[in-house]
Amino acid sequence: MRTPHFTILACAVAVLAFAGISSAQVTAYQEHQWLNSPAAVSHIGTITGHAQDAAMDYRRYCVVCHGEIGDGNGESARWFDPPLYPKPRDFTLAVFECRSTPTGTLPTDEDLFNTIARGMDRSNMPPWNTFTRQERADLVAWIKHFSPRWQTEKPGTPIVIPPEPEVTADRVKAGRDVFARVQCWKCHGVTGRANGPSASTLQNDLGQPIAAYNFQEGSRPKCGSTDQDIYRIFMTGLDGTPMPSFADNIKPDEAWDLVFYLRTLQPFPSKEKDIANQLGLTPVTPATGP
Amino acid sequence: MTSSRKVVSGLLFSVVCVLLFSPSANAFPAFARKYGLRCSACHEAWPMLNYFGQKFKDNGYQLMNDRDSPVWQNPSYWPVTFRITPFWSRESTNKVAVDTTAGINAGETQLTNSSFNVSGLDILSGGTLENNLSVLFVLSSDEFASFHFESVNVRFDNVFHSPWANFKFGKFELDNFVSEKRELTLSGNGATYQIYHFIPVGDGNIFGQMGDNQFGAEWMGHSFNDRTRASAAVFSSTDGNVDDPYGKNAYTGFFTASQAFDAGKAGVERIGAYVMYGEAPTFYLTSGGAPIPGSGTGNKTFSREGIEGLIYLGKFNFQFVTQHGEDSAWFGACYGDLVDGICPNNNIPGTVLPAGARNPTWNGAYAEFHYTLNPQLIFIEKNDWVRMSQQALPGTPGNLGNIDNYTFALRWYVIMNNRAGFALHPEYSWLRLRGESPVTGSDLTSSSLMLGWDFDF
Repeated sequence: MRTPHFTILACAVAVLAFAGISSAQVTAYQEHQWLNSPAAVSHIGTITGHAQDAAMDYRRYCVVCHGEIGDGNGESARWFDPPLYPKPRDFTLAVFECRSTPTGTLPTDEDLFNTIARGMDRSNMPPWNTFTRQERADLVAWIKHFSPRWQTEKPGTPIVIPPEPEVTADRVKAGRDVFARVQCWKCHGVTGRANGPSASTLQNDLGQPIAAYNFQEGSRPKCGSTDQDIYRIFMTGLDGTPMPSFADNIKPDEAWDLVFYLRTLQPFPSKEKDIANQLGLTPVTPATGP
Repeated sequence: MTSSRKVVSGLLFSVVCVLLFSPSANAFPAFARKYGLRCSACHEAWPMLNYFGQKFKDNGYQLMNDRDSPVWQNPSYWPVTFRITPFWSRESTNKVAVDTTAGINAGETQLTNSSFNVSGLDILSGGTLENNLSVLFVLSSDEFASFHFESVNVRFDNVFHSPWANFKFGKFELDNFVSEKRELTLSGNGATYQIYHFIPVGDGNIFGQMGDNQFGAEWMGHSFNDRTRASAAVFSSTDGNVDDPYGKNAYTGFFTASQAFDAGKAGVERIGAYVMYGEAPTFYLTSGGAPIPGSGTGNKTFSREGIEGLIYLGKFNFQFVTQHGEDSAWFGACYGDLVDGICPNNNIPGTVLPAGARNPTWNGAYAEFHYTLNPQLIFIEKNDWVRMSQQALPGTPGNLGNIDNYTFALRWYVIMNNRAGFALHPEYSWLRLRGESPVTGSDLTSSSLMLGWDFDF
């Protein structure tokens, strides 16, 4: 038989539970406000994306991982077991790995636009290059409506990437020196096999285990595989992960040297690899670092 | 049995077959489980593919990230899917031959019945064995659990790291992006794309049915984002039947190409064309009067060609296929499939065609309209038309065999997650076959009304 105390307790639990659930949800009013805010648009060249036009595509393609409220807790998220399967991006934090902008800043609309089409290798995010450009622009706007950061902050200014110089033996050797000096090997390993002394301890900002990029594995780097993409990755850093920005440690010219050296670690045929073979370049040793 | 009775028997048999086999479609929750995606990621509404799903299929069941190889899967992952549809249906045919006096086929009457039933079961398995090496097999049964291989193939994709070099061997669906195997309609009348199976009345060519899976080899190529795609296949002229029971050496070729266009907010539109050209036997050696399977020679030709499209206008989309078909006059005069008893004529040396016989030709179109209210609710309206433009034999009514088929349906995906699919499926379909009633040779019409629960997991 229920006592008055039990009823009161049950009501209190119910209220608290409801409040707990509510606090995790975006109210319809908030949703409406955000969708119609100036921040909930995107600009990709001449295309303007509108968040409300992406609702259907988000529900069809994205919600299963990124969740109804964009917090990365969709129904599939629970099965992703980092570091093998990284958790989906939490859009409410507005922290993105692949950016052309300095570390700590918001990415440009184009950055998000390109990430959607490229996908994220070594995760469950496939290349969504089947969308029209307009649909992708709409999705960028939709992603932005999840975080108030977009209403109060502007995206950073994209870093300037100088023209790519000619690959030479000196540059490849210099790149090896940079690799040693800034201690890339600590995570990526001396041969790029992601087996450096820190590799097993890596966590992202949410405390989830994360794996360093394995250059030898042959997979694509997360944020693009062109020389410019690789340059951008270590000069902007991958926000939210242990991969910092080296913009303060590496000069632009040295950055190109490092790009060339990193190419020698990949299993693909390349001019850089040929040069490294001719030079008999050996892996760095921790002792060669500063 | 009179030929008209054969026609109606064949028709009823076809209806039963369609009811029993119609769900032989490749909606594959095993892939959803593998990648953690919902059905709606790959399907406009399962089993119909959307552009992303088409690209996934064209890449050999790969998303093209480094998680495609099965070595990344949890060892307990089981790449198997089951699909079956219990349903209630009401079938009505306006003119069924009846015996007014015992043993004499002297009348026609309308026959309407309703009953609860169940479709056949599909068991699907497939996926990558390694990056760029994948397999698919589909076992389909009738309601008595009598199984056959609907699909069995192995494919090599991105050979030499090129998306233009993909090869498939085995039994497979021809590369129509408007896929009958992925149709959204299920009822007795509505579950067939008529032009994919059209055979003129009295024609003996069963080998030109582009809706049936075929045994052969296929090259397929596509651009990186799948906007441009093309394929060429060569297959045995056996209509997908095993053990080559017809000709000694009879093959058919199928070529198709399509291009997709970015249409902004409307979506991605795809337009393509196809050509099918083949030959099949008309003469069989016999033993005791019965044709010897695999002995067929005297090959005659047939062709099918047309355009197809999948057009999006936001939540509204429609797909269409046209066809111009032509069979050799020999087929039109009922030579061809002697093995199954479809036609009694054997083109033994010295046989001549009936006077005035000519190649039967026809034109047809299929158009299906969809309104996708949301990924879990889709409304469907389907139209099939076939018009004979030239009958094989003089004196044959010009409209004999013409088809009109209209279907209305909706699919409500009560459950759609990354594990399983479950849909409520009401449908109504109406079919008219010109001049094919069994006794009077007047128009034969039939209708199907069904309510089914379609599920796969």
